[in-house]
Amino acid sequence: MSAVDVPEQESWFHRNQQRIAPWLFLAPGLLFFMVYVIIPVFQSFNLSLYEWDGLGAAEYVGFRNYEDLYWEWVDRDAFYISLKNNLIWLIMYLLSIPAGLFIALFLNQTVWGIRLYKSLFFFPFVISQVVVGLVFTWFYDPTFGLLNEFLGLFGMGPLNILGDERFVTYGIIFAGLWPQTAYCMILYLTGLNAVDPEQIEAGRLDGAKGGRMLWHIILPQLRPATFIAFVVTIIGALRSFDLISIMTQGGPFGSSRVLAYYMFEVALSEYGFRMGYGAAIAVILFLIMLCFIAYFLWSMYREERGH
Amino acid sequence: MHSMFKRTAAALAASVALAAPVAAELTGELRIFLDTSNPAPRATMEAMIERFAEQHPGLEIETTVIDREAYKTQIRNFLTADTPDVATWYAANRMKPYVDAGLFEDVSDLWAEPEIADNLASTKGAMTIDGKQWGVPYTYYQWGVYYRKDIFDELGLSEPTTWEEELANCQKIVDSGRACYTIGTKFLWTAGGWFDYLNMRTNGFDFHNQLANGEISWEDDRVKQTFANWKQLIDMGAFVDNHQTYSWQEALPFMVNGEATAYLMGNFAVAPLREAGLTDDQLDFYQFVAINPDVELAEDAPTDTFHIPANASNKEAAREFLRFAVSADEQTQINNGANLGQLPVNAQSSVDDDKFLQQGFEMLSANSPGGVAQFWDRDAPAEMAKVSMEGFQEFMVKPDNVDRILSKLERARQRIYEN
Repeated sequence: MSAVDVPEQESWFHRNQQRIAPWLFLAPGLLFFMVYVIIPVFQSFNLSLYEWDGLGAAEYVGFRNYEDLYWEWVDRDAFYISLKNNLIWLIMYLLSIPAGLFIALFLNQTVWGIRLYKSLFFFPFVISQVVVGLVFTWFYDPTFGLLNEFLGLFGMGPLNILGDERFVTYGIIFAGLWPQTAYCMILYLTGLNAVDPEQIEAGRLDGAKGGRMLWHIILPQLRPATFIAFVVTIIGALRSFDLISIMTQGGPFGSSRVLAYYMFEVALSEYGFRMGYGAAIAVILFLIMLCFIAYFLWSMYREERGH
Repeated sequence: MHSMFKRTAAALAASVALAAPVAAELTGELRIFLDTSNPAPRATMEAMIERFAEQHPGLEIETTVIDREAYKTQIRNFLTADTPDVATWYAANRMKPYVDAGLFEDVSDLWAEPEIADNLASTKGAMTIDGKQWGVPYTYYQWGVYYRKDIFDELGLSEPTTWEEELANCQKIVDSGRACYTIGTKFLWTAGGWFDYLNMRTNGFDFHNQLANGEISWEDDRVKQTFANWKQLIDMGAFVDNHQTYSWQEALPFMVNGEATAYLMGNFAVAPLREAGLTDDQLDFYQFVAINPDVELAEDAPTDTFHIPANASNKEAAREFLRFAVSADEQTQINNGANLGQLPVNAQSSVDDDKFLQQGFEMLSANSPGGVAQFWDRDAPAEMAKVSMEGFQEFMVKPDNVDRILSKLERARQRIYEN
């Protein structure tokens, strides 16, 4: 019977093919995004209102966890230190953008073996953060580290970077800048490939060179690369975790914590298991990130409208 | 009646290790989860399970060894889902979260059996919460001062027994250009060992326990006295510099190279020190000195344990395994120098000839009248342990911050123990 029906009546799927197809292709991605990102976000919000050790029954405590965080802020305790360190990370980490730009400009020339130099500069981004952390831990070691040997040549030091609460965060950020600079460099190198040679030529004719050429002609054309570099660097700074975990475990006496590490410490480490409290920290971190993400999305949207 | 007989027979058989398998018809599957992931303890455990399997051919035993650090977080998952029949863990407060959540089986019945009640009495307290026992110990080890005897001889020092002697010794060591003690506080717990000893020697075992249970203010003058004693050592330069950057293993070379003369540590430090080339002539042990003559000496002796999860499926076989593990012969064997190299929990077992084990056993059985503590991070609730050990580390680096540190700990105490 179907053989007769087909020609007269198009199936529902056939009629709506155009509209359904994109959703079908999106479905797997959407599903995973829902299950692993969107739903956990709301679960975290919910969990942050409870006190739960991960084993027994969760007890509803309202905004108690946030209140405790507030008091930690007032007392200049762990939460305050984490937030402050996050801010330092955010600002210092941005140094990787100009650093990456200058290395990219330096490497953007055609000499023999430039590919090798480029790969060597890109190398730190390829190796794992764990290795970066270990290498820098040894580099900073107060008794046999290279840094102190070097300072000793000038009669300075010894300096215990990772053991001094004044320097520790900067020491870790410096280690983090190494791979992050390489990342920014790659972004700019690809960007530089797309720079229009005619505009440079035109600029030359008008007498621009050096800094003026860079600022007025090259950089505007690198805007997309700069934008992406900002996004990845800011997100990277906010989720800094692995280096801290490898190099100091948040120490000495908790002075190198950031929010992400503090959350892990409170909720999942050996002495932790305050799930609700950890979730509350996660929510705060999420809200901070949300500000940046919203700004990025908004500027991207504006960009697209402009064209 | 019959089962009573069977039990006693099994216990007896295990204790005298009859060659013939016990007349027990245990069947089914027995799943054992271990955190003994280092090579030597792992081999020891597997050999012990092998011997148990020989006695119970009907039993299908499956052993899973999990990395010691990873185990500490995984236990939360496997106690609730896909539960083994036997699992290792630690004594005292460390088991409290699982006991409170009803995830450990009450094994008070085992402790009522004479074989265990009589021979394991010394560790019963550490296994008891709410008047019930929640597992059995299988090994423990002493803490104390491991020191370089050759350097002591060179400087003409002898093992100190009082605080004055200790300070005088240390002054001479510092004057010779060395540090008295090596320590690595990066992972915090090593500082907890120092606090344990200083506080137990200054204020006694009971006070120390009350402090761990949150019954005493951290700003109490007696606590301040403990820190004042500690400060005496810090101010004279007794500890190696930059200890906040090192793990306990990374602090070993200072002692091996002779830059520091002693290490307050658990007996597990002996093996790496020997491997690093120190002979038994160079290395010796003494009990932590008395500080306040009015308090009895008490020691740290952390105990590792076996438990039956409440959700286990073969509890009968698991109980039999626990009986087997604590039996006198097995205890002698697994704790000897070739295996764990620690102290047996069974009073009928014999201690290995190793001089450190002998001294440790002697100290714990004859010279620790005050009591035996587990360790700061096992006696205090996890949260309090974490905050306080961070405070101890800060204190060791910046002893002048003591008031600020103690007020922070006091605030933490009021929050942590209120629920």
